[in-house]
Amino acid sequence: MTDQMIVTQPDITELEELVRQARVHIVRSIASAHGGHLGGPLSAIDMLVALYFGVLQIKPDQPDWPDRDRFVLSKGHSSIALYTTLAMRGYFSVEELDTFDAINSRLQGHPDMAITPGVDMSSGSLGLGFSGAVGIALGARAAGKDFTTFAMLGDGECNEGIVWEGAHVAERYRLGNLVAIVDHNKLQQFGWHGESVEVRLPPYTGNQLVDRWTAFGWKVFEMDGHDMNEILATIAKAKAHSNGPVAIVAHTVKGKGVSFMENNYKWHARVPTEEELAIAERELGEPTGGGAS
Amino acid sequence: MTLAPGKALRVAFGETVTELANDDPRIVVLDGDLGSSTRVDIFEAAHPERFFQMGIAEQNMLGVAAGMATVGFVPFVSTFACFAVARALDSIRVLIAQPRLNVKITGGYAGLLAGMTGKTHLMFDDVAVMRAMANMVVVSPADEVETRQAIKAITDYEGPVYLRLTRPETPILFDDAHRFELGKATLVRDGDDVTVFSTGVQTTRVFEAAQLLAAKGIETKLVHVPTIKPLDEEAIVDAAREAGFVVTAEEHTIIGGLGSAVAETLSDRYPVPVKRLGLADTFGESGPNHELLEKYGISIEKTAASIETLVRAR
Repeated sequence: MTDQMIVTQPDITELEELVRQARVHIVRSIASAHGGHLGGPLSAIDMLVALYFGVLQIKPDQPDWPDRDRFVLSKGHSSIALYTTLAMRGYFSVEELDTFDAINSRLQGHPDMAITPGVDMSSGSLGLGFSGAVGIALGARAAGKDFTTFAMLGDGECNEGIVWEGAHVAERYRLGNLVAIVDHNKLQQFGWHGESVEVRLPPYTGNQLVDRWTAFGWKVFEMDGHDMNEILATIAKAKAHSNGPVAIVAHTVKGKGVSFMENNYKWHARVPTEEELAIAERELGEPTGGGAS
Repeated sequence: MTLAPGKALRVAFGETVTELANDDPRIVVLDGDLGSSTRVDIFEAAHPERFFQMGIAEQNMLGVAAGMATVGFVPFVSTFACFAVARALDSIRVLIAQPRLNVKITGGYAGLLAGMTGKTHLMFDDVAVMRAMANMVVVSPADEVETRQAIKAITDYEGPVYLRLTRPETPILFDDAHRFELGKATLVRDGDDVTVFSTGVQTTRVFEAAQLLAAKGIETKLVHVPTIKPLDEEAIVDAAREAGFVVTAEEHTIIGGLGSAVAETLSDRYPVPVKRLGLADTFGESGPNHELLEKYGISIEKTAASIETLVRAR
C-alpha cells in the first residue's frame, strides 16, 4: 500500500466538508462555462466524494495504474461532478475546472477517457458507459485481477435498453466485482408530465427500480445518497457481496444543496444567473474552508 | 483458367483467430449468438475460457468489448455486419472509435450473399458507414489466404478495425507468396486496356471477368485494395495517371464504398473519369446466390459485360 491509497477509516466530517466544497466548485464551474449540467452533478456528488476519498484503491499520480479500482460515470452529463472530484483528489489542479467545456480543454462536456486523467471510460451517450463497465469487470475476471469496477447510472438512464442488455450479461457471468450505483433523483431532463405540464413525473416510481434490478438477478441495496455514513456502509456491503453483481439504488435529490434548484427539473441543465449564483454561494459557503453563512 | 475453390472467409476467420490465440493470450472472442454461423464456434471449442457469449444484444456486446480492451485484451467481436454496424453503431462510435480502443469488429455475412435472409440482414452499406468514422481502419480481404494474413496484421495493429467478412465459399486468388500489408493495394493482374480497382471478394469475380475479357482481346489491369481505410492513395494516383480512366468494383453500394474513396482521392489529386461498379442505391432481397449476383449486376459475367461496354465506349 502506498500512502496515496485510501485510508481505511475515512473521517465522515472531513468527507462532508469535501462534499460541500465540491458543490461550490460545481455551481461556479457551470456558471463560468455558461453551460453544462447542474441538477445531476449535485445529486451525485456525495457518492463521488465517498468513492474517491473513502473507497477506491487508486493512485492519482498514476491514473493508468493497472490494478486500480475503476469508476465509470455512465451518466456522463454529470461530468462536472466527476471532474471536481478528480481535481480535489489530485488528478489535476482545481484551477483547471475553470476550463470546463472550453475549447481545447481536457474537461469536455462529457467524459473522454482519451484525454482526461482519471476517466476510466468514455461516456455520455446514455447506457454505454455501464456497458463498458460490464466489460471492464468481465475483463478483470478473465485477467485474474481483483479490483472492483463501479458504475454510476442515472435513473432516467435506466430507460436505455443497453442498460438491461448489460445487466443480463453481468448476472449471467455472476460478476461479483461489479457495483452499479443508480442515482435515483426522480427527475430526468423533461420526462412525462403529471397533472399539468409543469409537474414532471419520476422516470420510475415507488419500488420500480429496485424491482427491475432484482428481476435481472442483481443483489440490490438502497441508501440515502446524501448520508455519508450510509453511503460508505452500503458500498462496503456491496463490495463484500462477491457472488454476483450489486446494484445500489441511491435515493437522492436533484439539485441538492441549493434551495431553488432542488427537485426542480428545470435545473437539469440550466446556467445560473449572477444573482442566482450569489444566492447559491451564500447557501453553500466558501469553496475552501468555512461553512455556509 | 478459373480459380480453385476455397473456403469461406468466415471459416478462415474462425480458424485463424483460433490459431493466433494459441500464442497470443490477449485475444478474446465475443459472440452475439451467431457463433455457429460466423464460425467462432471453432474458437470456443479450442479456447472456451476466452470465448464470451454475449447473447442477442449487440449494443452491449460492443460496449463490453471496449471495457475488455481497457484491461489489455484484444477483443474480436463477431456478429453479422448488419448488427455490428447498424444496430451497435453508437457503442462503436463512442466507446471504441472515439477513445481509439483496440477492438476488432468483424462484420460477418457482409454484402449481398447472406444465405436467404433478405434485406434485413443484407448489409452492403457497412463500408460507407465505417469508413466515415474517424480512427477506424476498414479491411475487406478477397479470399481465405488474404483473410488469414489480414487477421494477423490487424491483431498486430493497435487500434479499432472493422474487418469485412462474407458467408459463401470463395475461390482462392492468392498463393502463399501474397503479402497483405495494412494500407497497401496489390497488383493482381496487368493489362493495357482498362484499370480496375476492386476490394473484398469482388476482386475474385473481377479477376475471372478479366479472363473472359482477355479472350475477347481486352487486357485488364486489376489492382486489389483490401484496406479501404487508410486508402493506398499513392497506388491509386499512380495507376490513374498511367490509365487516364479507372473503374472500381465492389460487393457494396456504389455510395460511400471503395468507388467513392477512389473518386474522392482522384478528384483531389489527379482527376480522371471514374466509373463505379457495385450495388445500386437499393436494399437487397432473399434468393440463391447466383441469382442475386446476376440480378444485382455483380456476377462474373455481368462484371465482364460492364467493363467491356466501358472499354468499347472510349
